[in-house]
Amino acid sequence: MSGPILETQEVTKTYMVSAGAFRGKRPLKAVNGVSLKVGRGTVLGLVGESGCGKSTMARLMLDLEDLSSGQILLDGQPISAMRRRDVARNLQVIFQDPYSSLNPRKSVDSIISLPLRVHKIGDRAGWTRQVEEIMDVVGLPRRLRHSFPNQLSGGQRQRVAIARALIMRPKIVICDEPTSSLDVSVQAQILNLLMDLRNEFGLTYILISHDLAVVEHLASRVAVMYLGRIVEEADTEDLFKRPRHPYTQALLTSVLTPDPRLGLPQTHLGVAYPNPIDPPPGCTFHPRCPKATELCQTTAPSPVIESSRLVECHFTETLTEEEP
Amino acid sequence: MIPVLEVKGLHVDIPLAAGILHAVRDVSFSVQRGRTYCLVGESGCGKSLTALGIMNLLPPTAQRRASRLCLEDQDLTMARERQMSDIRGQKMSMIFQEPMTSLNPCYTIGNQLEEALVRHKKVSHREARERAVFLLDKVGITAATSRLKQYPHQLSGGLRQRMMIAMALMCGPSLIIADEPTTALDVTIQAQILSLLASLQRELDMGMILITHDLGIVARVADRVAVMYCGQVVETGEVTELFENPLHPYTQGLLACIPVPGRTQRGAHLGSIPGLVPTPIGDLTGCTFRNRCHYSFCDCNEKEVGLFEISPGRAYRCLLSHEVCSQNAARSQSK
Repeated sequence: MSGPILETQEVTKTYMVSAGAFRGKRPLKAVNGVSLKVGRGTVLGLVGESGCGKSTMARLMLDLEDLSSGQILLDGQPISAMRRRDVARNLQVIFQDPYSSLNPRKSVDSIISLPLRVHKIGDRAGWTRQVEEIMDVVGLPRRLRHSFPNQLSGGQRQRVAIARALIMRPKIVICDEPTSSLDVSVQAQILNLLMDLRNEFGLTYILISHDLAVVEHLASRVAVMYLGRIVEEADTEDLFKRPRHPYTQALLTSVLTPDPRLGLPQTHLGVAYPNPIDPPPGCTFHPRCPKATELCQTTAPSPVIESSRLVECHFTETLTEEEP
Repeated sequence: MIPVLEVKGLHVDIPLAAGILHAVRDVSFSVQRGRTYCLVGESGCGKSLTALGIMNLLPPTAQRRASRLCLEDQDLTMARERQMSDIRGQKMSMIFQEPMTSLNPCYTIGNQLEEALVRHKKVSHREARERAVFLLDKVGITAATSRLKQYPHQLSGGLRQRMMIAMALMCGPSLIIADEPTTALDVTIQAQILSLLASLQRELDMGMILITHDLGIVARVADRVAVMYCGQVVETGEVTELFENPLHPYTQGLLACIPVPGRTQRGAHLGSIPGLVPTPIGDLTGCTFRNRCHYSFCDCNEKEVGLFEISPGRAYRCLLSHEVCSQNAARSQSK
C-alpha cells in the first residue's frame, strides 16, 4: 500500500487557560489547523521556536491528547477510532530528556521489556532474548541489563529510550528533540545510530528539533511551525537552499555554523515571541516580519501550494525572486 | 599591554569518597581588554569550574590553587573573602546560564539591578535607578522605567537574559564571565543576545570569558579559544587558526561531530568520538584522551603530556608532532 503512513488533516488543539484571577478562562490555540503527510520511510523534520506547538503535535499524533478538531490517520485509519494499544504498536516516541523519561526505580531490562509485557508478547525467556538483541542493535553492552538509569551516562540513557521505542518494531518513531540534552560527541553517536536504525528497520521518523543543522542532516522533508501553523513545508534541500517564508529565512540565518570568517548574523526578528493567548491579528508573523504591510496586519494569508512546497505568506510571488 | 585577567597554573581539586577529583588541572590563559576568550568543551570538562575558581565561588569542599591569578593589578590568590566580595560584581561579574534560577523571584527587577551599585559604589537609590534605566535601554529592553517594577517571572527568557547582562554591567566591570549565556534560549534569540554581548563588550572595552559547548558560537564570537578536556586545556589559539587547522585529535573529532548545512553530506555518517568522557579521579598518568583517540600509541599511556607551543599563543597537548597533527587535520577535513 502506498500513500502516506501518517496523515494529519486540519488538526487543531485548543487548551482553555486561565487568563488571570477572576477573568475566567480563555482559549489558547496550541495547534491551529495543521495538515501534514508523512511518507513511508521518510523523515519529516518539524522545526520552530519554543511554544510554537511542535511538541503538542507530537502528543496529538501519539494519541496522548484528544484533538479539538480534525483527524489523524495512521495507515488510512483514524487513530481516534483505534485502540490505544494498536496505536502504540505502530507509533513510538523518544523523548528529549533521557534523565526524566526513564523510571529511576526500574532496571534497564525491565524498562526495555515493558512494551512486550504490556502487549503480552512471548514469554519470559523470549523477553530476555529480545532485550539482549535490541541492546546489541542500539549499542548498549549486555552487562548493563541489570543497571539502573542513574548508573548510565546521558548517551546510554538515550540508547535505552531508543531500545524501548524499537522493541515492538514500530513503523513510525517520533523523536522529540532526541539529542538536545546531550554533548556534541554523544549527539553524533546518537544521530548515526538513528540513521542506521532507519535503514535497518525501514522506519519513518518524525524529528522534532530546534536545531536546524540536525534537521538538515536527517530529514528528507521539513515543516516550519510558527504559532501553531505550518508556515512553510518543503523538501529539505529545497528549503535550505531557497527558503521562501521570511520566518524560515530568519531561522536559517540564525544557525551558527562553525565558520570563524562569518560574524554574528543580523536577524530582524525583534525581541518577543508573541503570546499565544493573544495572537496578533492577520498574519501572526507580521509584528516580527521585515516585509510586513498593512494587508498582513488585517488578513491572514492562506497557504499557497506549488509543486512540492507549501508557503503561507501574502507575498509568495515576490518571495520567489529572492535568493538568500 | 597588561591583560585584564591573567591565570597561571590554576588547579581545582574536589575530594570525593572515591578519591580526589582533579576538576581543573594546570589551566593558564590571559584575557585582554576588548577581547573575547572562549572556553569550550563538553560537560564535565571543567570549564565552568575554571570560571567559578576565578570568581572564588567554588563549592566549599573544593580546593583551589594557582601560581598566579591577577585581575588587572590585583592578586586574587591572596584576596580574602571580604575583598573578593568587593571585587565580584564590581570589577568582574558573571552571567549565568539559566536566567530564571539565577534571579530572585521575590524581588523586582529594579531592586536586583540597583543592589549591586548601591552595595559597591555607595550611591543613592535614585542614581542607581537612573543607571538601571540607562542600561536596560542599552540592552534593548523597551519601556525600561515600567520594567523596573516587574518581577522576573513576568519576562520572557530572552528579556531575562538581557536583564542579567544589564545587571552584570551595572558597576562597569573590566571583566565579564558569561557561562553558557544562550543555552536556554531559542536560536533566533541566541543570535541577538550574542551580538548584543559582543557589541557591548567592544563599546565598553571589557574583557570577556565566554564558556560554551557550542563550536558554532565559538567560531562566530571568540578572538581566542581554549579547548578543554578532562580539566586540561588541550589546544589553544586564535579562533581562525584553530578552526582551520585543528591540531589536537579531540578538537578534530569535535569538529567532525557537528552537522553543518551545506558542508556535511546529508544523511552521511557523522564523525564521532568513541567512548565516554572519563572522570579525572585519583592519580592520572599519560594522556586522558588516549582511550578515545584514533592515533594513540603506547607512549600515550605513560608519558606526561605537556602543552607544546608551536608559536606564541598557539599550543596543543599531544605527543604527536606538529606536522603529523596538521596532516591528520587535513585528512579529517577532506573526509
